[in-house]
Amino acid sequence: MGIEQALPAQGFLATTLQRFINFSRRSALWPMPFATACCGIELMATASSRYDLARFGMERMSFSPRQADLLIVAGRVGIKMMPVLQRIYQQMTEPRWVISMGACASTGGVFDTYATVQGVDQFIPVDVYVPGCPPRPEMLLEGIRAIRRHIDEEGLPPKGGTRVPLQIAIEPTHEVSPQPAVGLTVGAT
Amino acid sequence: MPTPPTLDHPTFAIVRAEFGDARLRGTEFRGQSTLIVEPGDLHRVMRFLRDDERCAYDFLSDVIGIDYLGYPAPTPGRFAVVYNLCSYPRDDRFFVKVFLDPSLPTDGVEEDPALYLDSVTDIWPGAEWPEREVFDMFGIRFRNHPDLRRILTWKDYPAHPLRKDYPLRGRGERERYRVVDRTDA
Ligand code: SF4
Repeated sequence: MGIEQALPAQGFLATTLQRFINFSRRSALWPMPFATACCGIELMATASSRYDLARFGMERMSFSPRQADLLIVAGRVGIKMMPVLQRIYQQMTEPRWVISMGACASTGGVFDTYATVQGVDQFIPVDVYVPGCPPRPEMLLEGIRAIRRHIDEEGLPPKGGTRVPLQIAIEPTHEVSPQPAVGLTVGAT
Repeated sequence: MPTPPTLDHPTFAIVRAEFGDARLRGTEFRGQSTLIVEPGDLHRVMRFLRDDERCAYDFLSDVIGIDYLGYPAPTPGRFAVVYNLCSYPRDDRFFVKVFLDPSLPTDGVEEDPALYLDSVTDIWPGAEWPEREVFDMFGIRFRNHPDLRRILTWKDYPAHPLRKDYPLRGRGERERYRVVDRTDA
Protein backbone atom coordinates (compact mmCIF):
# COMPACT_ATOMS: atom_id res chain seq x y z
CA MET A 1 0.00 0.00 0.00
CA GLY A 2 3.12 2.11 -0.52
CA ILE A 3 2.40 5.80 -0.56
CA GLU A 4 -0.41 5.59 1.93
CA GLN A 5 1.97 4.71 4.72
CA ALA A 6 4.39 7.53 3.95
CA LEU A 7 1.90 10.33 4.49
CA PRO A 8 0.44 11.81 7.67
CA ALA A 9 -3.22 10.90 7.92
CA GLN A 10 -5.00 14.25 7.89
CA GLY A 11 -2.81 16.96 6.30
CA PHE A 12 -4.04 19.06 3.37
CA LEU A 13 -1.68 17.27 1.03
CA ALA A 14 -2.88 13.89 2.23
CA THR A 15 -6.59 14.63 1.87
CA THR A 16 -6.22 16.16 -1.58
CA LEU A 17 -3.95 13.39 -2.67
CA GLN A 18 -6.39 10.90 -1.21
CA ARG A 19 -9.25 12.34 -3.24
CA PHE A 20 -7.13 12.22 -6.33
CA ILE A 21 -5.95 8.68 -5.71
CA ASN A 22 -9.46 7.48 -4.96
CA PHE A 23 -10.70 9.13 -8.11
CA SER A 24 -8.00 7.44 -10.15
CA ARG A 25 -8.62 4.09 -8.57
CA ARG A 26 -12.33 4.09 -9.03
CA SER A 27 -12.15 5.45 -12.56
CA ALA A 28 -9.81 2.79 -13.83
CA LEU A 29 -10.89 -0.40 -12.12
CA TRP A 30 -9.54 -3.09 -14.32
CA PRO A 31 -11.48 -6.29 -13.86
CA MET A 32 -9.96 -9.72 -13.92
CA PRO A 33 -12.73 -11.90 -15.37
CA PHE A 34 -12.74 -15.28 -13.69
CA ALA A 35 -15.59 -16.61 -15.78
CA THR A 36 -16.01 -20.34 -15.30
CA ALA A 37 -19.63 -20.92 -16.26
CA CYS A 38 -22.83 -19.40 -17.58
CA CYS A 39 -22.47 -16.23 -15.50
CA GLY A 40 -19.43 -15.50 -17.61
CA ILE A 41 -21.70 -15.03 -20.61
CA GLU A 42 -23.58 -12.32 -18.75
CA LEU A 43 -20.27 -10.78 -17.79
CA MET A 44 -19.37 -10.63 -21.46
CA ALA A 45 -22.75 -9.08 -22.20
CA THR A 46 -22.01 -6.46 -19.55
CA ALA A 47 -18.73 -5.67 -21.22
CA SER A 48 -20.21 -5.44 -24.68
CA SER A 49 -21.74 -2.39 -26.28
CA ARG A 50 -25.28 -2.31 -24.88
CA TYR A 51 -24.25 -2.20 -21.22
CA ASP A 52 -20.79 -0.90 -21.89
CA LEU A 53 -18.58 -1.55 -18.91
CA ALA A 54 -16.11 0.86 -20.46
CA ARG A 55 -18.21 3.73 -19.09
CA PHE A 56 -16.70 2.94 -15.70
CA GLY A 57 -13.11 2.94 -16.80
CA MET A 58 -13.14 -0.79 -17.46
CA GLU A 59 -12.17 -0.41 -21.04
CA ARG A 60 -9.88 -3.31 -20.74
CA MET A 61 -10.52 -6.69 -19.18
CA SER A 62 -7.23 -7.49 -17.56
CA PHE A 63 -6.36 -11.07 -18.26
CA SER A 64 -3.26 -10.70 -16.17
CA PRO A 65 -4.07 -10.68 -12.46
CA ARG A 66 -1.00 -8.58 -11.80
CA GLN A 67 -2.58 -5.66 -13.62
CA ALA A 68 -6.09 -6.11 -12.28
CA ASP A 69 -7.85 -4.35 -9.42
CA LEU A 70 -11.15 -6.18 -9.36
CA LEU A 71 -11.61 -9.93 -9.45
CA ILE A 72 -15.03 -10.90 -10.80
CA VAL A 73 -15.73 -14.51 -9.93
CA ALA A 74 -18.47 -15.39 -12.39
CA GLY A 75 -19.60 -18.97 -12.23
CA ARG A 76 -19.17 -22.26 -10.47
CA VAL A 77 -15.80 -22.91 -8.90
CA GLY A 78 -14.95 -26.59 -8.89
CA ILE A 79 -12.77 -28.28 -6.32
CA LYS A 80 -9.92 -28.35 -8.82
CA MET A 81 -10.38 -24.68 -9.69
CA MET A 82 -10.32 -23.29 -6.14
CA PRO A 83 -6.51 -23.38 -5.78
CA VAL A 84 -6.28 -21.62 -9.15
CA LEU A 85 -8.66 -18.91 -7.98
CA GLN A 86 -6.66 -18.45 -4.79
CA ARG A 87 -3.48 -18.20 -6.78
CA ILE A 88 -4.98 -15.55 -9.02
CA TYR A 89 -6.20 -13.62 -6.01
CA GLN A 90 -2.75 -13.75 -4.46
CA GLN A 91 -1.17 -12.50 -7.66
CA MET A 92 -3.30 -9.38 -7.69
CA THR A 93 -1.71 -6.34 -6.12
CA GLU A 94 -3.32 -4.14 -3.49
CA PRO A 95 -5.68 -2.42 -3.65
CA ARG A 96 -7.84 -5.25 -4.87
CA TRP A 97 -11.51 -6.01 -4.64
CA VAL A 98 -13.54 -9.13 -5.32
CA ILE A 99 -17.05 -9.46 -6.70
CA SER A 100 -18.78 -12.80 -6.33
CA MET A 101 -21.20 -12.86 -9.23
CA GLY A 102 -24.18 -15.18 -9.21
CA ALA A 103 -25.61 -17.82 -6.93
CA CYS A 104 -22.90 -20.33 -7.72
CA ALA A 105 -19.90 -18.23 -6.86
CA SER A 106 -21.57 -17.00 -3.67
CA THR A 107 -23.10 -20.23 -2.36
CA GLY A 108 -22.55 -23.08 -4.76
CA GLY A 109 -26.03 -22.52 -6.16
CA VAL A 110 -27.94 -25.64 -7.10
CA PHE A 111 -24.70 -27.60 -7.38
CA ASP A 112 -24.61 -29.00 -3.88
CA THR A 113 -22.19 -31.77 -4.79
CA TYR A 114 -18.75 -32.97 -3.89
CA ALA A 115 -17.23 -31.19 -6.86
CA THR A 116 -18.40 -27.61 -6.31
CA VAL A 117 -17.06 -25.21 -3.72
CA GLN A 118 -20.01 -23.91 -1.71
CA GLY A 119 -19.18 -20.25 -1.88
CA VAL A 120 -15.81 -18.79 -2.72
CA ASP A 121 -16.02 -16.45 0.27
CA GLN A 122 -15.03 -19.37 2.47
CA PHE A 123 -11.55 -19.27 1.05
CA ILE A 124 -10.95 -15.82 -0.41
CA PRO A 125 -12.24 -12.45 0.85
CA VAL A 126 -15.31 -11.29 -1.08
CA ASP A 127 -16.36 -7.64 -1.10
CA VAL A 128 -19.59 -7.61 -3.07
CA TYR A 129 -22.12 -10.37 -3.63
CA VAL A 130 -24.24 -9.97 -6.74
CA PRO A 131 -27.25 -12.31 -6.56
CA GLY A 132 -28.96 -13.85 -9.52
CA CYS A 133 -28.76 -16.87 -11.75
CA PRO A 134 -27.31 -15.24 -13.73
CA PRO A 135 -27.47 -11.65 -12.49
CA ARG A 136 -28.59 -9.22 -15.13
CA PRO A 137 -25.91 -6.85 -16.39
CA GLU A 138 -27.68 -4.07 -14.45
CA MET A 139 -27.08 -6.03 -11.26
CA LEU A 140 -23.43 -6.54 -11.99
CA LEU A 141 -23.06 -2.87 -12.80
CA GLU A 142 -24.76 -2.11 -9.49
CA GLY A 143 -22.16 -4.28 -7.76
CA ILE A 144 -19.34 -2.48 -9.51
CA ARG A 145 -20.85 0.87 -8.59
CA ALA A 146 -21.01 -0.22 -4.96
CA ILE A 147 -17.29 -0.80 -5.06
CA ARG A 148 -16.76 2.57 -6.75
CA ARG A 149 -18.78 4.32 -4.05
CA HIS A 150 -16.72 2.54 -1.45
CA ILE A 151 -13.45 3.58 -3.02
CA ASP A 152 -14.58 7.20 -3.04
CA GLU A 153 -15.07 7.09 0.71
CA GLU A 154 -12.18 4.88 1.58
CA GLY A 155 -9.70 6.35 4.01
CA LEU A 156 -6.02 6.71 3.25
CA PRO A 157 -4.66 4.71 4.94
CA PRO A 158 -7.84 2.62 5.07
CA LYS A 159 -9.97 3.20 8.15
CA GLY A 160 -8.83 0.86 10.88
CA GLY A 161 -5.48 0.25 9.26
CA THR A 162 -6.18 -2.88 7.27
CA ARG A 163 -8.70 -3.58 4.55
CA VAL A 164 -11.37 -6.10 5.37
CA PRO A 165 -13.88 -7.71 3.04
CA LEU A 166 -16.72 -5.25 2.54
CA GLN A 167 -19.50 -7.88 2.60
CA ILE A 168 -21.88 -5.82 0.51
CA ALA A 169 -24.85 -7.72 -0.88
CA ILE A 170 -26.59 -6.11 -3.81
CA GLU A 171 -30.38 -5.97 -3.60
CA PRO A 172 -32.10 -7.61 -6.55
CA THR A 173 -33.33 -5.06 -9.01
CA HIS A 174 -35.70 -6.60 -11.46
CA GLU A 175 -36.87 -3.46 -13.14
CA VAL A 176 -35.43 -3.72 -16.58
CA SER A 177 -34.61 -0.39 -18.07
CA PRO A 178 -36.21 0.30 -21.45
CA GLN A 179 -34.42 -1.57 -24.16
CA PRO A 180 -33.67 0.17 -27.41
CA ALA A 181 -35.79 -1.03 -30.29
CA VAL A 182 -33.84 -3.05 -32.82
CA GLY A 183 -35.01 -3.62 -36.35
CA LEU A 184 -34.85 -7.40 -36.34
CA THR A 185 -37.20 -9.63 -38.25
CA VAL A 186 -37.25 -13.28 -37.33
CA GLY A 187 -38.18 -15.92 -39.84
CA ALA A 188 -39.37 -15.49 -43.38
CA THR A 189 -40.87 -12.16 -44.40
CA MET B 1 -46.30 -54.78 -17.52
CA PRO B 2 -43.08 -54.23 -19.44
CA THR B 3 -43.03 -55.58 -22.95
CA PRO B 4 -40.37 -58.24 -23.55
CA PRO B 5 -37.41 -56.94 -25.57
CA THR B 6 -37.46 -57.65 -29.28
CA LEU B 7 -34.01 -58.81 -30.25
CA ASP B 8 -34.34 -58.16 -33.95
CA HIS B 9 -31.22 -56.06 -34.43
CA PRO B 10 -29.26 -57.89 -37.19
CA THR B 11 -25.98 -57.61 -35.28
CA PHE B 12 -27.27 -60.02 -32.62
CA ALA B 13 -27.51 -62.91 -35.09
CA ILE B 14 -24.12 -62.14 -36.62
CA VAL B 15 -22.36 -62.04 -33.26
CA ARG B 16 -24.12 -65.18 -32.04
CA ALA B 17 -23.08 -67.10 -35.17
CA GLU B 18 -19.49 -65.92 -34.79
CA PHE B 19 -19.11 -66.49 -31.03
CA GLY B 20 -21.04 -69.71 -30.45
CA ASP B 21 -18.85 -70.52 -27.43
CA ALA B 22 -19.30 -67.20 -25.64
CA ARG B 23 -22.02 -66.36 -23.13
CA LEU B 24 -23.98 -63.60 -24.82
CA ARG B 25 -27.15 -61.92 -23.75
CA GLY B 26 -29.16 -59.24 -25.46
CA THR B 27 -31.66 -56.64 -24.47
CA GLU B 28 -33.55 -53.86 -26.15
CA PHE B 29 -35.24 -50.69 -25.01
CA ARG B 30 -37.13 -48.34 -27.31
CA GLY B 31 -35.33 -49.52 -30.39
CA GLN B 32 -31.85 -49.43 -28.88
CA SER B 33 -30.20 -52.81 -28.72
CA THR B 34 -27.61 -53.83 -26.16
CA LEU B 35 -25.40 -56.86 -26.26
CA ILE B 36 -24.22 -58.07 -22.84
CA VAL B 37 -20.91 -59.92 -22.92
CA GLU B 38 -18.70 -61.49 -20.29
CA PRO B 39 -15.61 -59.45 -19.37
CA GLY B 40 -13.28 -62.07 -20.84
CA ASP B 41 -14.97 -61.96 -24.23
CA LEU B 42 -15.15 -58.20 -24.49
CA HIS B 43 -12.04 -57.51 -26.49
CA ARG B 44 -12.49 -60.08 -29.25
CA VAL B 45 -16.19 -59.25 -29.63
CA MET B 46 -15.33 -55.58 -29.96
CA ARG B 47 -12.65 -56.24 -32.53
CA PHE B 48 -15.11 -58.33 -34.52
CA LEU B 49 -17.76 -55.60 -34.32
CA ARG B 50 -15.42 -53.11 -35.86
CA ASP B 51 -13.73 -55.35 -38.45
CA ASP B 52 -16.59 -57.45 -39.82
CA GLU B 53 -18.13 -55.52 -42.70
CA ARG B 54 -21.66 -56.57 -41.83
CA CYS B 55 -21.14 -54.78 -38.50
CA ALA B 56 -18.54 -52.11 -39.36
CA TYR B 57 -18.91 -50.17 -36.12
CA ASP B 58 -16.07 -47.86 -36.97
CA PHE B 59 -16.82 -45.21 -34.37
CA LEU B 60 -16.87 -45.52 -30.59
CA SER B 61 -19.12 -42.71 -29.37
CA ASP B 62 -18.61 -43.15 -25.68
CA VAL B 63 -17.64 -45.43 -22.84
CA ILE B 64 -19.81 -45.08 -19.75
CA GLY B 65 -19.68 -46.60 -16.31
CA ILE B 66 -22.75 -47.41 -14.24
CA ASP B 67 -23.05 -48.31 -10.57
CA TYR B 68 -26.16 -50.38 -9.94
CA LEU B 69 -25.95 -50.23 -6.13
CA GLY B 70 -29.51 -49.90 -4.84
CA TYR B 71 -31.04 -50.46 -8.26
CA PRO B 72 -34.67 -51.53 -7.85
CA ALA B 73 -34.37 -54.55 -10.17
CA PRO B 74 -31.81 -57.34 -9.90
CA THR B 75 -28.81 -56.85 -12.19
CA PRO B 76 -26.10 -59.29 -13.29
CA GLY B 77 -23.45 -57.29 -11.43
CA ARG B 78 -22.78 -54.23 -9.34
CA PHE B 79 -20.93 -52.22 -11.98
CA ALA B 80 -21.45 -52.01 -15.71
CA VAL B 81 -19.41 -50.49 -18.50
CA VAL B 82 -21.33 -49.57 -21.63
CA TYR B 83 -19.74 -49.07 -25.03
CA ASN B 84 -21.73 -46.91 -27.38
CA LEU B 85 -20.88 -47.99 -30.92
CA CYS B 86 -21.77 -46.24 -34.10
CA SER B 87 -21.39 -47.34 -37.69
CA TYR B 88 -20.97 -44.55 -40.18
CA PRO B 89 -21.11 -46.71 -43.35
CA ARG B 90 -24.33 -48.42 -42.23
CA ASP B 91 -25.78 -45.54 -40.19
CA ASP B 92 -26.42 -47.74 -37.20
CA ARG B 93 -25.98 -47.69 -33.44
CA PHE B 94 -25.35 -50.54 -31.05
CA PHE B 95 -24.47 -50.90 -27.39
CA VAL B 96 -22.19 -53.41 -25.74
CA LYS B 97 -22.36 -53.83 -22.00
CA VAL B 98 -20.15 -55.66 -19.50
CA PHE B 99 -21.03 -56.33 -15.87
CA LEU B 100 -18.42 -56.48 -13.13
CA ASP B 101 -18.60 -57.33 -9.46
CA PRO B 102 -16.09 -55.89 -7.01
CA SER B 103 -14.12 -58.20 -4.76
CA LEU B 104 -13.04 -55.53 -2.27
CA PRO B 105 -14.95 -52.88 -0.32
CA THR B 106 -15.79 -50.08 -2.73
CA ASP B 107 -15.46 -47.07 -0.44
CA GLY B 108 -11.73 -46.64 -1.02
CA VAL B 109 -9.40 -46.39 -3.97
CA GLU B 110 -7.56 -49.71 -3.66
CA GLU B 111 -6.88 -51.50 -6.89
CA ASP B 112 -9.49 -54.24 -7.20
CA PRO B 113 -8.35 -57.18 -9.38
CA ALA B 114 -12.01 -57.98 -10.12
CA LEU B 115 -12.64 -54.54 -11.57
CA TYR B 116 -10.49 -54.96 -14.65
CA LEU B 117 -11.40 -54.91 -18.31
CA ASP B 118 -9.38 -55.11 -21.50
CA SER B 119 -8.92 -51.69 -22.98
CA VAL B 120 -10.29 -51.12 -26.46
CA THR B 121 -7.87 -48.29 -27.19
CA ASP B 122 -6.07 -50.54 -29.69
CA ILE B 123 -9.34 -50.90 -31.63
CA TRP B 124 -10.64 -47.33 -31.31
CA PRO B 125 -7.89 -44.94 -30.20
CA GLY B 126 -10.63 -42.55 -29.13
CA ALA B 127 -11.42 -44.81 -26.20
CA GLU B 128 -8.47 -43.44 -24.29
CA TRP B 129 -10.10 -40.52 -22.52
CA PRO B 130 -13.53 -42.13 -21.89
CA GLU B 131 -11.78 -45.10 -20.32
CA ARG B 132 -9.77 -42.78 -18.14
CA GLU B 133 -13.01 -41.17 -17.08
CA VAL B 134 -14.56 -44.54 -16.19
CA PHE B 135 -11.45 -45.33 -14.18
CA ASP B 136 -11.56 -41.97 -12.43
CA MET B 137 -15.23 -42.05 -11.58
CA PHE B 138 -15.76 -45.77 -10.86
CA GLY B 139 -12.33 -47.27 -10.21
CA ILE B 140 -12.67 -49.76 -13.06
CA ARG B 141 -9.23 -50.24 -14.55
CA PHE B 142 -8.33 -51.13 -18.12
CA ARG B 143 -5.58 -53.54 -19.10
CA ASN B 144 -3.19 -52.35 -21.85
CA HIS B 145 -4.40 -48.80 -21.63
CA PRO B 146 -1.56 -46.50 -22.78
CA ASP B 147 -2.01 -43.85 -20.08
CA LEU B 148 -4.41 -44.84 -17.34
CA ARG B 149 -4.45 -41.78 -15.09
CA ARG B 150 -7.35 -39.95 -13.53
CA ILE B 151 -8.76 -37.40 -15.90
CA LEU B 152 -11.25 -35.23 -13.98
CA THR B 153 -10.12 -35.39 -10.37
CA TRP B 154 -6.51 -35.27 -9.34
CA LYS B 155 -4.06 -38.05 -8.70
CA ASP B 156 -4.53 -38.40 -4.93
CA TYR B 157 -8.29 -37.91 -4.87
CA PRO B 158 -9.43 -40.21 -2.06
CA ALA B 159 -12.42 -41.78 -3.80
CA HIS B 160 -14.05 -42.74 -7.05
CA PRO B 161 -16.84 -40.21 -6.81
CA LEU B 162 -19.55 -41.66 -9.04
CA ARG B 163 -19.77 -44.85 -7.03
CA LYS B 164 -23.13 -44.87 -5.34
CA ASP B 165 -21.65 -45.47 -1.90
CA TYR B 166 -19.72 -42.23 -2.15
CA PRO B 167 -21.82 -39.46 -0.58
CA LEU B 168 -23.18 -36.87 -3.01
CA ARG B 169 -21.65 -34.02 -1.03
CA GLY B 170 -18.33 -35.79 -0.77
CA ARG B 171 -16.29 -36.49 2.30
CA GLY B 172 -15.16 -32.92 2.81
CA GLU B 173 -13.05 -32.56 -0.33
CA ARG B 174 -14.77 -29.29 -1.15
CA GLU B 175 -13.94 -27.85 2.27
CA ARG B 176 -10.24 -28.57 2.50
CA TYR B 177 -8.58 -25.40 1.33
CA ARG B 178 -6.53 -22.97 3.24
CA VAL B 179 -8.15 -19.58 3.71
CA VAL B 180 -6.50 -16.78 1.78
CA ASP B 181 -6.99 -13.33 3.26
CA ARG B 182 -6.14 -9.86 2.12
CA THR B 183 -2.66 -9.93 3.57
CA ASP B 184 -1.72 -12.89 1.34
CA ALA B 185 0.14 -11.86 -1.74
S1 SF4 C 1 -25.44 -18.62 -10.86
FE1 SF4 C 1 -26.67 -19.51 -12.52
S2 SF4 C 1 -25.93 -18.49 -14.36
FE2 SF4 C 1 -24.38 -18.17 -12.76
S3 SF4 C 1 -22.90 -19.83 -13.01
FE3 SF4 C 1 -24.43 -20.49 -11.52
S4 SF4 C 1 -25.94 -21.63 -12.74
FE4 SF4 C 1 -24.73 -20.38 -14.15
